[in-house]
Amino acid sequence: MTEVAVFAVFAVAAVAGAVTLVVARNPVHSAVGLLVTMFSVAVFYVLNGAHFVAVVQVLIYAGAVMTLFLFVIMLIGVDTSEPREERIPFQRPIVLVLGAVLLALVLVAGRAVWVIRGGHSGTAVGTIEEVSARLFGTWMLPFLSTMLLLTIAAVGTVALARYAGRPRSVEFGDDDRKDGDDDRKDGDDDRNTVGEDAVGEHAVDEEAEG
Amino acid sequence: MEVTGGWYMALGAVLFTIGAAGLLLRRNALVMFMSIELMLNAVNLSFVAAGNELGVLDGQLAVLFVMVVAAAEVTVGLAIIVTVFRRRATASVDELSGMGG
Repeated sequence: MTEVAVFAVFAVAAVAGAVTLVVARNPVHSAVGLLVTMFSVAVFYVLNGAHFVAVVQVLIYAGAVMTLFLFVIMLIGVDTSEPREERIPFQRPIVLVLGAVLLALVLVAGRAVWVIRGGHSGTAVGTIEEVSARLFGTWMLPFLSTMLLLTIAAVGTVALARYAGRPRSVEFGDDDRKDGDDDRKDGDDDRNTVGEDAVGEHAVDEEAEG
Repeated sequence: MEVTGGWYMALGAVLFTIGAAGLLLRRNALVMFMSIELMLNAVNLSFVAAGNELGVLDGQLAVLFVMVVAAAEVTVGLAIIVTVFRRRATASVDELSGMGG
């Protein structure tokens, strides 16, 4: 019974945070909404016996990643002036319809394949010992691969910060680029009408499948 | 009444859908990025719930690897956003039509 109450409270918090993330005009509010969702997900990890993953979620996601996000938001300025006009006509209604279709498909398809063994088996408690034994045993090769991945990411970030966006932008000249933009905008309109048709057909197809 | 793994997976599906809608609706590159993080979190929740229902630890290990990949992705992605902002002084993806997109 306690678990039901905890689940209900934090499920509402998670969904509210996610909705805040999507609808807030101020990026800082979006970040705070995502933070609420991440903390709620950490609570769900604990409820599912994933204690170490919950700690990592709070430390890395809620701590490091969200701090990085807020840092960048502060760095490039809180830009609330999101363009109102839509390049793709009816983008918002299409998104809402597609989202509803996706949710219905996932829920309907999920009912068939979700594991429905009743109750918690309780054999898989993710303490640090259990997780590390598994990590440095079965999952050794993927673990070492992440080392490579993180190295590449760090080098790429340093390279981006050092070599990209530097004086070369002067060479192209701003006037030329503006002219090019105008031409491209003209082309965009044609393409967007085609794209909208394609999206519409896609929605019809998905509804038929569902 | 008991909270089974299916409840967590349904919640994960809802969060994933909200994240996908946010990715399609918003034009601010940072908010789109945060929507991707939300989708990753929803998938992680499903992993953990499924692993708990099946009584295996591998779901949690998969979540750890998703987190590592997400951290790498965030560092590179935010570096790209900052670089683009230094050149174009905007965080709106609609302005970035340089490749004809």
